[in-house]
Amino acid sequence: MSMPFYVSPEQVMKDRADYARKGIARGRSLVAFSTRDGIVIVAENPSRTLYKISEIYDRIAFAGVGKYNEFEMLRIAGVRQADVKGYSFAREDVNARSLANAYAQTLGQVFTHEMKPYEVEILVAQVGERPDADEMFHILYDGTVMDEQGFTVLGGQAETIADLLRPQVTADLDRDGAIRLGAGALASEGETLGAASLEVAFLDRRRTRRAFVRVRGDDLVAVLAGD
Amino acid sequence: MNDSPLPFFAAGTDPGASFVDLLRRVAPDKVPGATTGTGTLGPEITHGTTIVAVRYDRGVVMAGDRRATAGTLIASRRIEKVFPADDFSGVAIAGAAGPAVELVRLFQVQLEHYEKIEGAPLSLEGKANQLAGLVRANLPAAMQGFVVVPLFAGFDERRDRGRVFSYDATGGKYEEADFQATGSGGIHARNWIKAQWAEGMTRDAAVDLALRALFAAADEDSATGGPDLVRRIFPVVATIDAAGYHALEVEEIGTRAEALLGGREEGAGL
Repeated sequence: MSMPFYVSPEQVMKDRADYARKGIARGRSLVAFSTRDGIVIVAENPSRTLYKISEIYDRIAFAGVGKYNEFEMLRIAGVRQADVKGYSFAREDVNARSLANAYAQTLGQVFTHEMKPYEVEILVAQVGERPDADEMFHILYDGTVMDEQGFTVLGGQAETIADLLRPQVTADLDRDGAIRLGAGALASEGETLGAASLEVAFLDRRRTRRAFVRVRGDDLVAVLAGD
Repeated sequence: MNDSPLPFFAAGTDPGASFVDLLRRVAPDKVPGATTGTGTLGPEITHGTTIVAVRYDRGVVMAGDRRATAGTLIASRRIEKVFPADDFSGVAIAGAAGPAVELVRLFQVQLEHYEKIEGAPLSLEGKANQLAGLVRANLPAAMQGFVVVPLFAGFDERRDRGRVFSYDATGGKYEEADFQATGSGGIHARNWIKAQWAEGMTRDAAVDLALRALFAAADEDSATGGPDLVRRIFPVVATIDAAGYHALEVEEIGTRAEALLGGREEGAGL
């Protein structure tokens, strides 16, 4: 009978974390801003049909980076959770915090119990009546939740992009400004990202019910050119 | 992943884009019509009455009076029977008010749920079929007297025109060519529309026709509420066209109602 080698829990967790981080770093990054007009989410995504950013509920959006099939599964589970809750209670009882907690628990359990961790980072954003009521929860592959203010970056190059953005993000940033700022920050040295390689969505603070709108096509081209 | 607080399903049991199937899996007690008693209630439960839908050149108008009855009593003077189903369709209800309002709520969530899961809205025909399924699921309750008969209308973006669908208690779905009215005063409203409707009529003409038809129904049917000029209670009217669902402001409906009555508040033949 062969004896399994002893591997310390620290080593197991480190290996899993490295595995997940490597998977996430292979994909492209995504930025989200809390602006005067609402929450703006900008992702580098050449696909017109496989979305990274989606609507969860009236004032809540979801965004994911990393392995598409894994964050897509999480997105659908989130929509289901939110719709059942809103139908059972009332629409206003659905909130980003409890959804973020459910995601964190799920990712945490997968990280420790399953064969392989999910190679994803996700964002659950909820637009409030005023910018200071906006909520952005950044959730990592191991279930770590971060409550972000102002802006947040998901993905392999998060640190670099965040350092670049920090001095440029101001309280009076508007929707179009944030889209341009995001597009600029996601582009690598000496490159610009056009409308065809960007996916942009917006949680409009002024809308009364479903706040989620996609900014695309000619609208996006106009915004990007509006410097 | 069985301990996850989120709903995950194994292949084969996944409810797909259907909210009703999802609800059956995760909260079967919340599916309308899932629990039925035996025997019947009397006529004293709240009933909604007359609703109409009229197609015009660029879309469709839906309208409903504001009265709900419970037996011979007036249960409400201000009930609303016309609701947006989603951005490009509306649903109006007649029959037992309790199950009908629940049916609308479920239908609205169902359409939005599909759109979010699939990333694209259902076709208008698909929405009409979904509603047929929900009405059919209410059949056990209908057998006990809680009949719900909605009207569904919307703008078909693929065909670029307004369409009207009516239903019966068994979930039968029937597409109407131009207009339909249902509920206790439906027959009077429909006759009025039938006499006046013309192909290519404008939105304004269709709104006025829908209002007149409801007034005619209120004249003949005690369960249909007429325009209340004292309390400023008027029918709910909504139009659906390429720009989407639009509920008319009370002021506009009031102005139109007064113009239609044209000093004939005595009501001689409208």
